[in-house]
Amino acid sequence: MKERKAIWLPDAASTYAGDVDALFYFILVTSFVLFVGVMTAMVFFAWRFRRRSSDDRPAPVKENKIVEAAWILVPAALVAIVFVWGFRVFIQMNVAPPNAMEITVRAQKWSWLFEYPSGARSTELQLPVSRPVRLKMSSADVIHSFFVPAFRTKQDVVPGRYTYAWFEATRQDTFPLMCTEYCGQQHSTMLSSVIVQSQDDFEAWLQESLMAADAPPAERGALLYVQQGCQGCHSLDGTGVIGPSFQGLAGSERVFTDGTSALADDNYLREAITLPALKIVEGYDALMPGVYASLDPAEIDALIAFIKEQ
Amino acid sequence: MSAPGQNYLNASTGLRSWLLTTDHKRIGILYAVAVTTFFLLGGIFALLVRTELAAPGETIMGPDTYNQAFTLHGVVMVFLVIIPAIPGILGNFVLPIQIGAKDVAFPRLNLFSWYIFIIGALLALSGWLVIGQVDTGWTFYTPYSSDGSTSVLWLTTAVFIAGFASILTGLNFIVTVHKMRAPGMTWNRLPLFVWAIYATAIVQVLATPVIGITMVLLFLERLMQIGIFDPALGGDPVLFQHFFWFYSHPAVYIMILPAMGIISDLMGTFSRQQVSGYTFIALSSVAIAFLGFLVWGHHMFVAGQSAISSIIFSMLTFLIGIPTGIKVFNWVATMYKGSVSLKTPMLYALMFLFLFTIGGLTGIMVGVLAVDVHLHDTYFIVAHFHYVMMGGALIGLIGGLHYWWPKITGRLYNETLGRIAAVLVFIGFNLTFFTQFIMGSRGMPRRYHDYAGLLEQYPEFTALNLASTAGSYILALGLFMILFYALLSLIRGRKAPANPWGAVTLEWTHTDSIPELHNFEKVPLVTRGPYDFHLADDVFGGRDAVQGTT
Repeated sequence: MKERKAIWLPDAASTYAGDVDALFYFILVTSFVLFVGVMTAMVFFAWRFRRRSSDDRPAPVKENKIVEAAWILVPAALVAIVFVWGFRVFIQMNVAPPNAMEITVRAQKWSWLFEYPSGARSTELQLPVSRPVRLKMSSADVIHSFFVPAFRTKQDVVPGRYTYAWFEATRQDTFPLMCTEYCGQQHSTMLSSVIVQSQDDFEAWLQESLMAADAPPAERGALLYVQQGCQGCHSLDGTGVIGPSFQGLAGSERVFTDGTSALADDNYLREAITLPALKIVEGYDALMPGVYASLDPAEIDALIAFIKEQ
Repeated sequence: MSAPGQNYLNASTGLRSWLLTTDHKRIGILYAVAVTTFFLLGGIFALLVRTELAAPGETIMGPDTYNQAFTLHGVVMVFLVIIPAIPGILGNFVLPIQIGAKDVAFPRLNLFSWYIFIIGALLALSGWLVIGQVDTGWTFYTPYSSDGSTSVLWLTTAVFIAGFASILTGLNFIVTVHKMRAPGMTWNRLPLFVWAIYATAIVQVLATPVIGITMVLLFLERLMQIGIFDPALGGDPVLFQHFFWFYSHPAVYIMILPAMGIISDLMGTFSRQQVSGYTFIALSSVAIAFLGFLVWGHHMFVAGQSAISSIIFSMLTFLIGIPTGIKVFNWVATMYKGSVSLKTPMLYALMFLFLFTIGGLTGIMVGVLAVDVHLHDTYFIVAHFHYVMMGGALIGLIGGLHYWWPKITGRLYNETLGRIAAVLVFIGFNLTFFTQFIMGSRGMPRRYHDYAGLLEQYPEFTALNLASTAGSYILALGLFMILFYALLSLIRGRKAPANPWGAVTLEWTHTDSIPELHNFEKVPLVTRGPYDFHLADDVFGGRDAVQGTT
């Protein structure tokens, strides 16, 4: 928690955030001055030229060319300034440095998944400080939007194509990350964090999360549960909000929306992961995306082993 | 020539005489009744949304209900309230009288427009009640709207149908202004309200077909899977946004231009002064109507369109911003060396200047590329467009209704209650929406059912949301108060003189307290401009016409 906060923008934490903020405050202050000026004139005129008798008929005012020219040219000049300024910072925000580390972002209802060049995966965005990072983003279902207020970064994540964003974090801290394009029921819970650490800590984290393929399947499954974003919908404590909880799932009798039922054995679990739309458990909607069919067989085995332990 | 004491209200009676009327004044009232009903409905949805957000966590409804509530709030307020309100109510009632005509050019088409509007509106609302709820937001973005689990087909059909009402009304006004002006009513003697409705009509006729086409495409996409917008079928979801905003940005001018027209008339009348920059305001309305077609991409700076497109759209946006700013200076300057009366309509005109200036300046803020990236889709945007759409368009409408109320009903409302309500609206509005500027700049995203997940980093969101909700209740109180004293005036209000404000446009100078069926006894001959108070010896000079002005 921060000690003292500004009223407007949150504390900045990326290299270009300062430029954005300077422009924001320039417009804010200029607008404030203009606004106070216009309102002062309005209130003053309303008082100074108030009606004194019901048949007041003031003489028409001749238009003053100098005043008119001023109120055309001054706003025009001001918007020209902020356009050019905004354009320059925008270009900076759009062009990633060539040495940027590329992280793949996968968005889906309603979770984020980040993939690193080494193959590591995380549902939180882990970053090294002072190193430019470029995000290559895509969505599995509808349009989402990647927003980190502290970085002043936002970019829609669109299905069927890649979109990009880049930034360089300037300090070590944890920052909120939100979805800002309306994406359905749980839009407001599509949150994550950006965790910025030192280069060394980041490397250590990378190592840790690249667990060897020969780890016990259930342990590997536990990692996949987090990395693949299963946790966004499937709890381990018996509560089922978006999807059924994993607690006690394996071996139980599942009743489906079409009235049929089945025992949750290995084959059912496998089918539920790879073809989720086939059978929908009663009380839930067909929301799970089909992307998990692309997990490799060993990963599916590991997840099943993990689910059976719950 | 009608019998003495006969007017458009008592010329015929019975429900049939209203539902089959071709009188532009009665059709205006039909619109008033419909739009007020929809405004109440849209307002209830707004209060539901604000109440849910009053405290973190689930307050009164779950996320699905919340998502439906803000969708319906948006759809109802945009398509059933703000777009039809001013042209439908005041455009119909006032415009033909202001140009000295006895009706619009196509009276039957005018009634037909109202029925199309009602059919569209009933379809939208019955779809919600009967078929199932829509939770896409009023923007219907694909692919959420084309493959989500809820049905949007009824609502898109409704928007499609209601669009024709808008097109036909626009067409009617364009022809009326061109062909029906009284002798002497030259283009530079048109009241600025007429210029504004005329410019709006151009946008209605040219832009509305695009939303119709877009809705048809969305319909076909869902029904036949033709693959225009859905990436799974080879479509492009961003293309939908281009189509949608190609209508919906010009639609912003359909909403705000008429209100600007009202403000011009109010500033002139209640300052008894020539509206400063008459020619500029008149022609810039038309210029804005055309330029408004070229800026839709500023809704999409972070949507995935190319940086070059964004830069061009940003530049064009500022081009359209400049004339709007100049209008504000003109309105303020109109009071200079005038005779300013702060009656209720004028309070709303000044309130418009206050709120719309904030809306405009924050519009510059979000038009700046680098800053918009941060502010896009946050509460800053929500606050900005409410300052323009409600603080601008609806406050303009309310001011206009107060101004023309004596002409429409023949009654005067209670001035004291009017001023108290205006103050409530002003305080409530700013409390509701100014707090949202702060939340938005700090990063609170819009369309969030809950902000509990953000409180660890942003504990201030609780207090700001609560203040905003409290403001919305004050605002609602003020609006209900207006409804109350307006209805009260119908029963107990003093009879209005023909020209209670000392205005010099035709609806005040050449008609009775309540206009007769065909407006004028004989076709008026226009000999002066709409704000030539110094030439209006017929109005001033101690006659009873100025009674009621102080």
